[in-house]
Amino acid sequence: MLGAETVDYSFIIQQIVFGLTLGCLYSLIAIGYTMVYGVVRLINFAHGDLLMVAAYIAFFGIVMFHLPWPVVIFISVALTGLLGILIDRGAYKPLRKSPRISALITAIGVSFLLENLGLVVIGGRPKTFPPLWSVEKIIRVGDVRIPMLSVWVVAITAVLLVLVILVVHRSKIGMAMRALSRDMETVRLMGIDADRVISFTFVLGSSLAAAGGIMWCMKYPALEPFMGVIPGLKAFVAAVLGGIGSVGGAAIGGMALGLAEILIVAIEPQWSGYRDAIAFSILIIILLTRPTGIMGEELPD
Amino acid sequence: MVKVVTTLLLVLSIMSATVSAADPVVIGAYLPMTGNVAAYGQMGWEGVSLAKKVEPEVLGRPVDLKLADTKSDKVEAANAVSRLIEKDKVVAIIGEMISGNTIAGADFAERRKIPMVSPTATNPIVTQGKKFVFRVCFIDTDQGRVAAKLALNQLRAGTAALIYDISQDYSVTLADVFKKEFIQGGGKIVSETKFKSGDRDFTPQLSSMEGTKPDVIYAPIYYTECALVAKQASEMGLRAIILAGDGVQAPELTQLGGKAVEGLYFTAHFHRDMVSNERGKKFMELYEKEFQKNLDAFTAMGADAYFIILDAIRRAGSADPVKIRDALAATKDFEGVSGKISLKPDGNAVKAMVVNKVQNGKFVYVTTINP
Repeated sequence: MLGAETVDYSFIIQQIVFGLTLGCLYSLIAIGYTMVYGVVRLINFAHGDLLMVAAYIAFFGIVMFHLPWPVVIFISVALTGLLGILIDRGAYKPLRKSPRISALITAIGVSFLLENLGLVVIGGRPKTFPPLWSVEKIIRVGDVRIPMLSVWVVAITAVLLVLVILVVHRSKIGMAMRALSRDMETVRLMGIDADRVISFTFVLGSSLAAAGGIMWCMKYPALEPFMGVIPGLKAFVAAVLGGIGSVGGAAIGGMALGLAEILIVAIEPQWSGYRDAIAFSILIIILLTRPTGIMGEELPD
Repeated sequence: MVKVVTTLLLVLSIMSATVSAADPVVIGAYLPMTGNVAAYGQMGWEGVSLAKKVEPEVLGRPVDLKLADTKSDKVEAANAVSRLIEKDKVVAIIGEMISGNTIAGADFAERRKIPMVSPTATNPIVTQGKKFVFRVCFIDTDQGRVAAKLALNQLRAGTAALIYDISQDYSVTLADVFKKEFIQGGGKIVSETKFKSGDRDFTPQLSSMEGTKPDVIYAPIYYTECALVAKQASEMGLRAIILAGDGVQAPELTQLGGKAVEGLYFTAHFHRDMVSNERGKKFMELYEKEFQKNLDAFTAMGADAYFIILDAIRRAGSADPVKIRDALAATKDFEGVSGKISLKPDGNAVKAMVVNKVQNGKFVYVTTINP
């Protein structure tokens, strides 16, 4: 039984490596959730399925068209961003003035549509994502094994995170996004095209989900139409944990959730069956104790 | 008025006479065509459809096959069975491919007295206490025992690590049987971890397993999860032989697992190298010509379920569900594609088991264990 007499530091560090990798993937998807919520007050439940779409586009790009990796990644991210706009324009924009519950139900509908469309078009059996040889290497630091893929995931997530924060806090469109999240009517009165800003938000969020999706299926190479459901739900939990509406919060929430999931199961293997339950228990606890999340501001009256 | 009524009655009786002459025998199949174990359902359906091509008629009546997709889900499985019985009015049902879903669907068939034959559901509970549910495969009490013996004797393992799927009856029971038999045989279980169907990340479970340095890993799970467990274990430097059950015999195991599943052993229903009878040889030839790939277990078992139902209908001389059930229970030494099968009144089968191994990306036959 581990941990009774001596603490095995390399074991803990190994788990932290895995937890950080998983956490980064959750963060990328959570940021998309949180940005869309911040700007249009909508939980886009179809967001997790964008991960699946991006993974399949990348898969077909490599397997059917034999395109080089950088091209495939670019196309996948671009097309998924485009899909994000299409979903917004097609499903959410007409409901901008309707009660929020309508948009929420529509989001669930879009999610089912994407999943079942994938099922009908591609079929139920899992496809294997082709391995990229350069990320298959494993670096050894003492007793700890660091997969090259983990290094890439953390590095890319860090870069993307910095980019997003720069865009949100230092660019004009970012300022428009922040303004929209405060008061949509006033922003429109100021002459800003709110729909353009919202579309931009969707593109940004969807692109991040696409990046996360491609890295997800590099790590877990079984592609299936419903593969985005659980990561999407967990990213949603991460977004709530970190404070829905806050980009930094989504990042922190994602890391925290990934680390918690891995560390708790590694330290207490008899809880391995409760792994998903851990994520959702965290959701319940956060909603009961501090619903605005770690980085959330107190709700105004 | 009387004339009108008589003509009407005459026409109706002529119509019903012509209808009953070409009255098809409706057989239902509820299979996981989509979802976590879609490979089994699709392979099973290939087997059933091809078997229907080989034997399209019984008692001079054409066979009408009705397929219902269970989406690899227990609730859908129960719905599928009720739909087949209520709407399609089937006289017999083939399915399901996995134990959890078969247990869910069997109840309704039992209550409505429609015989059900599962190609590959191995959990003992599937037929327990039921008269109308049969299977053409071995059960997990035998499978677990054979696996434990294989681990102790052939693989010379002193310690074993268990990793299994708590959301599947199949996996839970098989792990349990293996544990009991392994310990009874003098072995020690050094690690026991679990996950849920659909999980793709096993790193924390494998990390805790790695510390215990097992000789063998017993993973009675389905193909996607097994491939990923093998992959992640090898990435972690966890070098232990993996032993699995019949649930991994799908092409996805080697596609997803790649090098990580080389040397994996598993107990199974079938390997094309064991085909020895006429029916098997003819079926295998037909299949491999039509689909251009090797005949695999779930296809062969699906075909056998179909053939055995037709054989029972012939012996019963009727398509009455209760008579079919009685004929099924009296099946002795039926020569199926996958070998000799006898059925017992308790619904279980007397059938040989094989041990296969993954070598050079292919499933290789190792040995047969006779009942």
